[in-house]
Amino acid sequence: MKWNRRHVLDTDDWSRDEIETVLDQTRAMIEILQRPIRRAPPLRGRTVILFFAESSTRTRVSFELAAKALSADVTNITASGSSVDKGESLYDTVRTLQALGGDVVVMRHASSGAPYFVAERTDAAVINAGDGWHAHPTQGLLDAYTLRDALGDLEEKRIVIVGDVLHSRVARSDINTLLPLGARITLSGPPTLIPTAWRCGQLPHSVTYESDLDLALDGADAVIALRLQRERQASGLLPSLREYSRVWGLTAERVARMRSGAPVMHPGPMNEGIEIDPAVAHGTRSLIEAQVTNGVAVRMALLYLLAGAGTATPVEERA
Amino acid sequence: MLLAADDVRRAITRIAHEIVERDRDLSALAIIGIRARGDALAARIQSAIRANEGTLVPIGAIDITLYRDDLTRIGYAPVVRESEIPFSVDERVVVLVDDVLFTGRTIRAAMDALVDYGRPRAIRLAVLVDRGHRELPIRADFVGKNVPTAPGDDVRVHLAEVDGRDEVEVVTRVPA
Repeated sequence: MKWNRRHVLDTDDWSRDEIETVLDQTRAMIEILQRPIRRAPPLRGRTVILFFAESSTRTRVSFELAAKALSADVTNITASGSSVDKGESLYDTVRTLQALGGDVVVMRHASSGAPYFVAERTDAAVINAGDGWHAHPTQGLLDAYTLRDALGDLEEKRIVIVGDVLHSRVARSDINTLLPLGARITLSGPPTLIPTAWRCGQLPHSVTYESDLDLALDGADAVIALRLQRERQASGLLPSLREYSRVWGLTAERVARMRSGAPVMHPGPMNEGIEIDPAVAHGTRSLIEAQVTNGVAVRMALLYLLAGAGTATPVEERA
Repeated sequence: MLLAADDVRRAITRIAHEIVERDRDLSALAIIGIRARGDALAARIQSAIRANEGTLVPIGAIDITLYRDDLTRIGYAPVVRESEIPFSVDERVVVLVDDVLFTGRTIRAAMDALVDYGRPRAIRLAVLVDRGHRELPIRADFVGKNVPTAPGDDVRVHLAEVDGRDEVEVVTRVPA
């Protein structure tokens, strides 16, 4: 096992070994969640602070359940919700976090890079639970786990990501996590919602852009639909939600173009009837509920790896 | 060398007999090995009991990493492996199996983990080697071989499933 990270900020610089370490530990954590008593003691006496400066229910609850399943104490800090004035106000929060003495800070923030700012100024381990449009590493890891569980080895598997790639930290983290595992990725979505450089061919290795969703799905091994933020229409990037749904929505007919039995995923919360048809979201190929369960286990694995052991200096393991 | 391949085989056969004699009701019996070598021993005890009695006793594997009492004292998070207990332990007589019994701390951790799965009627302990130097009030019910050792000695159990061969050796630390 290769693991010597102090924070989980982004998976963009992770090796395949590190990703596989987390996925392997996740498998052991899934087993804990299936026991009659869904709790193990490794984080007894540790404090996990959940600092969510941007609204989130499922990710926060997922981290909370993960921390509690490992017997950690959990404290919540929710920001007032006022517009985020980075710098002073975030710095004040960091000083509070430092004074509270948490062992792990899990944070979500509307500004890209905010977790890096905190990680440099606190003794705690920092886990990025989503920062702006930048990264959502635990979502990338749980998607990788879910896909590997469904498809086996991801080498040469072709995964389609469809929707608002431009504003999606999920898409970026999925790409950064799936590529080192050998997967190939096809992006699809309205050209206005794809980063310009990517749309014009300057794509990362093993990633392609296909402007026709039907062609993108032909023979694919899995599809991940992204959530459409409704306010994108107001900003002029979309003609209408109805048109989006007609051209980019995942319907049963579209899903049938993929390899037989290929799974459908979505990071949630879904706009059913817009980016995904209810029959697909709740159909037999849907792994959307598995993603939620796996999310708790992935977060347990990361909390264990960051805070499960004690001191910073390795000592010899006893027999 | 302490035990050769044939000694290991005979020790396991004997332990299998002792387990059956102790608890004649095989329907309530289950064998759970502690990873990484106890699970291999559990499978061998299972086949020995099957050969003698014709009954297939359920087996499981348990990983005790998350229950170690020294987690906060080691510098890195050790690998957690998946536990597999595909049956209810409630009201069963569970025989825990490990390769070496030393301080007893692993067994304490295994018992803590086991009760998270339910309430066994009894927990018994089978080990291939008991090398002494207990730090907790724990003793084994079934022992392959008792071996007097010095605290600094290293008892190495090799099993075909994990290490490619069956052998137990004691490496004595020579004072410098």
